[in-house]
Amino acid sequence: MSSDAARHPMPERDAKERARSFEEVTLGYDAATALAEAQRCLQCKNPPCEKGCPVSVRIRDFIGQIVADDLAESIKLLKERNALPAVCGRVCPQESQCEAKCVRGVKSEPVAIGRLERFVADWNRARPLDERCGIEKAASNGKSVAVVGSGPAGLACAGELAQLGYAVTVFEALHAGGGVLAYGIPEFRLPKAILGDEIASLERAGVNFKYNEVVGRVTNAQQLLDSGFDAVFFGTGAGLPTFLGIEGENYNGVYSANEYLTRINLMKAYRFPVYDTPIWEGHNVVVVGGGNVAMDAARCALRMRADKVTIVYRRTIDEMPARNEEIEHAIEEGVQIKELCSPLKIEGSQGWCTGLEVQQMKLAEPDESGRRSPVTDGSKPFVIDCDTIITAVGTGANPLTPDATSGIELSKWGYVIADEDGRTSDPRIFAGGDIVTGAATVILAMGAGKKAARAIHTGLT
Amino acid sequence: MSYKILDKKQLSGSVFEMTIDAPEIARAAHAGQFFILRVNECGERVPFTFSDWNADDGWIRFIFMRVGKSTHLLEDIEKGDSLRDVAGPMGHPTATEVGSRWTADRSIAEGDHLVVVGGGVGTAVAYPVARAAVEAGAKVTVICGARTQELLILQDELEALDLADLIIVTDDGSAGREGLVTEPLRELCASGDVDRVFVVGPGIMMKFCSATTAEFQVPTLASLNPIMVDGTGMCGACRIQVGGQTKFGCVDGPDFDAHVVDWEELMTRQRVYAEQERLADGEYMRSCECHE
Repeated sequence: MSSDAARHPMPERDAKERARSFEEVTLGYDAATALAEAQRCLQCKNPPCEKGCPVSVRIRDFIGQIVADDLAESIKLLKERNALPAVCGRVCPQESQCEAKCVRGVKSEPVAIGRLERFVADWNRARPLDERCGIEKAASNGKSVAVVGSGPAGLACAGELAQLGYAVTVFEALHAGGGVLAYGIPEFRLPKAILGDEIASLERAGVNFKYNEVVGRVTNAQQLLDSGFDAVFFGTGAGLPTFLGIEGENYNGVYSANEYLTRINLMKAYRFPVYDTPIWEGHNVVVVGGGNVAMDAARCALRMRADKVTIVYRRTIDEMPARNEEIEHAIEEGVQIKELCSPLKIEGSQGWCTGLEVQQMKLAEPDESGRRSPVTDGSKPFVIDCDTIITAVGTGANPLTPDATSGIELSKWGYVIADEDGRTSDPRIFAGGDIVTGAATVILAMGAGKKAARAIHTGLT
Repeated sequence: MSYKILDKKQLSGSVFEMTIDAPEIARAAHAGQFFILRVNECGERVPFTFSDWNADDGWIRFIFMRVGKSTHLLEDIEKGDSLRDVAGPMGHPTATEVGSRWTADRSIAEGDHLVVVGGGVGTAVAYPVARAAVEAGAKVTVICGARTQELLILQDELEALDLADLIIVTDDGSAGREGLVTEPLRELCASGDVDRVFVVGPGIMMKFCSATTAEFQVPTLASLNPIMVDGTGMCGACRIQVGGQTKFGCVDGPDFDAHVVDWEELMTRQRVYAEQERLADGEYMRSCECHE
């Protein structure tokens, strides 16, 4: 019998206190709360939630095992479909995926699937290594695959292939693994120790990680195939930051969100000078954009001791692509949001930015697709004073892609052209994640990596 | 993976040459390209252009001047030690082959006279570029400048190349001509005998070299050294205005048409962390007995 209790809130640290600390914001369910939340699951015969999951996690069954008090079985079920449950439990947009389809959600609130996933994954991580459920290491099938990029797509692909018996080598250009999970998502949302554990678990399953390998310069797809790999998978992401294309963008104090977040997350500039990488600690920070990356940048700026952090967005909060939870957390912590403001120009003095000139906008009548675009409201532009501007307005395909992929077909924007299963114009080269779709989510990239692994397996057997 | 230091030489009071065991990078390296290193787990990612490499023996070499904490750390590690990370090669090689593009409106022609100008530790980049150009059949003159004789580097190596001329210039006249590299550069350009110029060195030197060659409309490439983080096109720290467009030093460069580079912006952006760099180096000096 399922319980009719209300959805259990996620315990989190006090907004004031956490806004100045890089420690994780959410604390996770304790065992009693997890059990009570798991008991809300209706255990549907045909669980619709699982259709909302890009990697088809067996949601009903893993939750069922929480109720049955068999967490060892629960984590096994999770890991069978998802190589990175501790990550996904934290950063997946469950509200638009599994939880959006939860039957409970029709009359009340959906089961907190993501929080339960995190609970089970964290329980597993806390166990001694020899008892921990990892990724099953399969008997070797004598074939090998090169995975380029160690972000969500690459890790999911590597995990799946290792389980199928392939010798997998992951080539990562940076000195640490995880891709956007390492350089993009801040410590307070995804502690790096968790990412480290997930990568270690892949290593135990036999996946070989090679860091500092700039594919496209030191080697390329053709050379990897020539050197004996049976297939190559590209999960290189959409790394190239887009700038606003307005005057003054190269003033000191103007960052792409990628640079700002990389300095803080990957290079640990928040621990300068213990860590050597510096960052400009602005007092008055403006972040341009409305996605999760904008929220991460704004919340990092608070933690870098800014007095004031303002998000500037062209539309309204309702149209922001960021997860509600991220927007709420940012506002609770003190981030201010200026809606309907479109950047016109960056003002500066002696090489440093001093302000962002913006135009107040209004939403036009809905067009045929129902979308209301922002148009100027005709008022006079005004300047928001600031000493730091962080632009989080999207990313493009990495310019190393043509050199790396050895002549496979690319779109005119430089993305790899691949089908649903990651097949490219070369039968031995596969791709998935943001390098195919453009910037999307961690879990969609993981789904693409997994599908490509299956396609590689089909192609090689 | 360990990147062992095979050799380390002190070239002058503050200039050092380091040779690192990095076979994969050595096999792929070309003149004008760079790599990124991290000394230790807390280290920043610092780009250096190759001064030399050997694909058969599997090593790469670079020359650095002690200026801040990271180069101080490099100074303090010795032959036999290892660097935490070395990644590369990065950036595009400098164009050398006949027919390949030099600047937007100039391709490399048979028998071109190329003048390579290296200032200070920039000579470490000028040397392999000159060598590659000689190998590709160009007539090459090298102008090598430094503040004083002690800071001149790679003189034997440059002497060993089949150059049309090697012109040494020092600010104080302690070696070669007294003056600035722009002076012999101007004379060469004025002679009408120069087809292409390559400059590498401090921003201010490159700026004035560029102004000099622009007067004579000699197509000129400059090897830029903006601040970088990842070096793979991901962060945009190294962006520079070139011809009114934003370019990334790491993936679009490091060589750009010197006549359309926004030099003031490049130099301003290079100074963005000056204060933090002083702080970090000061702390390091205090913590390290050998610099007392």
